[in-house]
Amino acid sequence: MSRGLVWKYGDNVNTDVIFPGRYTYQIMTPEEMAVHALEDLDPAFAKNVRPGDVIVAGKNFGSGSSREQAATCLKAAGVRAVVARSFARIYFRNAINIGLPVVQSDEAVDALETGDPVDLDLGRGEIRSAKGTFRFRPLPPSVIGIIAAGGLIEYTKARLADREIEDQQE
Amino acid sequence: MGKTLTEKVLGRKAGQDVVAGEVVSVSPDYVLSHDNSAAIIQEFRKLGVRKVKAPGKIVIVLDHIVPAADEKYAQNHKSIREFVAEQGLPHFFDINAGICHQVLPEQGFALPGLVIVGSDSHTPSYGALGAFAAGIGRTETACTWATDEIWLRVPETLRIDLAGRLRPGVFAKDLSLKLIGDHGAEMANYKAVEFAGPAAPDFSVGARLTLANMSAEMGAKNGYFAPDDKALKWLEGRARAPFVPVASDPDASYESVLPFNLDGLEPQVACPHTVDNVKPVAAVAGKPVDQVLIGTCTNGRLEDLEAAAAILKGRRVHPSVRVLVIPASWQVYREALGSGALAALVEAGCVILNSGCGPCLGAHEGLMAAGEVTLSTSNRNFRGRMGHRDSEIYLASPATAAATAVAGRITDPREFS
Ligand code: SF4
Repeated sequence: MSRGLVWKYGDNVNTDVIFPGRYTYQIMTPEEMAVHALEDLDPAFAKNVRPGDVIVAGKNFGSGSSREQAATCLKAAGVRAVVARSFARIYFRNAINIGLPVVQSDEAVDALETGDPVDLDLGRGEIRSAKGTFRFRPLPPSVIGIIAAGGLIEYTKARLADREIEDQQE
Repeated sequence: MGKTLTEKVLGRKAGQDVVAGEVVSVSPDYVLSHDNSAAIIQEFRKLGVRKVKAPGKIVIVLDHIVPAADEKYAQNHKSIREFVAEQGLPHFFDINAGICHQVLPEQGFALPGLVIVGSDSHTPSYGALGAFAAGIGRTETACTWATDEIWLRVPETLRIDLAGRLRPGVFAKDLSLKLIGDHGAEMANYKAVEFAGPAAPDFSVGARLTLANMSAEMGAKNGYFAPDDKALKWLEGRARAPFVPVASDPDASYESVLPFNLDGLEPQVACPHTVDNVKPVAAVAGKPVDQVLIGTCTNGRLEDLEAAAAILKGRRVHPSVRVLVIPASWQVYREALGSGALAALVEAGCVILNSGCGPCLGAHEGLMAAGEVTLSTSNRNFRGRMGHRDSEIYLASPATAAATAVAGRITDPREFS
């Protein structure tokens, strides 16, 4: 459960405007990536985004290249989740595997505008706002586990550490 | 409301009712990897665990560079063999088996209703037999080895309703190229593609494998045919385990339905450098080529070699063309020896290579110099994929490839019928 403000964008927000190609081959920390998040779409975003804020966008969010930074930079900027009508295939997988929740809801996209306060409950599958509560199919516990752990690698390591302990107890 | 094959297969695995758009976590039936297992093993080691969780689900097929073309590949193969022995993996196929996407169906891993993931983009091929099969990344593969679990988003489905009949000289490959040419390489982005309609049962299992394979070039997550009598018959004596066939309900919900009539379809060719740059063969006929490749996971099966042999038998490969033939697997190799197809191809002047990917991915066995042109039966013609940046790849059916081999120029196979 978290509360933040909406940043609303349109259809086809591609990976080039989420994280410009000119930076992709520079080695950066996630915090450095966050400074360039959405730089070519909305220069005000990176300066003003607050932890817990939510991006709401139209169709095909994250189209374009498979660069993982396009998900990492938003997570590092504090974005709680991206709510869109649909996501590009690789972006969807990358986002979850680095621990950024991605949620599909036409109703939420129709209703919400920049600056609206929203609550997001991944476990229950709810987006709550003054404009209404929008439901989405909740993510399975393991996927929530991946997000909570901060990504697939951390999640897998943690799971395996548990397993090693079990093995030793056998 | 009814469900699609994909919703049913993933729902059964997840143990709950699922609909498109939902994310589920499943324990897959098989996890495929090939020469890239060497890189996956490195990722796996980083996870800090000693043993894979489900050794019997891991299938490793060496096929990309077989036999090893240099020390680096040899070292990769060696590290994979060592890992297989260390972990006791029962399903390992060394350099004398064939391309993974042919080996898994032939060896009875690809079965109706199963969930198969693989660290290769043409994993959707197994949908030809009614499996849910999708490509995943290397890191995900390593994590799946460790946890026996993967999350998948249930895709929406595009149904392609096939009617009419393919004319002589026109094949499943032409159909796939025509669809991609008309609707673009992203026509099925992240979707499931169901090949259905009154003409679907007419397609052989080999042709279904070609279409499911090419669904990856439509951007699809998975592509499939409902398993029918033809598929079940093909699986007799091959299936490794009992299975329960699954098909879409008549009232399943599709994102869209695309009707296609096969009657008027002509031979097609994808021109450089994208798979959706498609023209009828007639529009590019006469273009000289330096090399012809007949094989790959798309079109290296017995019926493909026989279609090529039917044209090349009693003829000679054009003196200015090098023709490479790669049976998709050793089983295909042996069958093509038995049927006489290989003899006809050798007599005509073709070079037969070991079953595997060959030059398809640009690593060995027939790469192009600058300015050269290959007409290939494979699935990708991206710039530089088979050699120099300034070489060109045209994609077509095995019959078009054989006709082109004889003429030395891109040629409509119907001229030889
Ligand atoms: S034959 Fe080509 S497309 Fe098929 S698996 Fe091998 S490299 Fe990939």
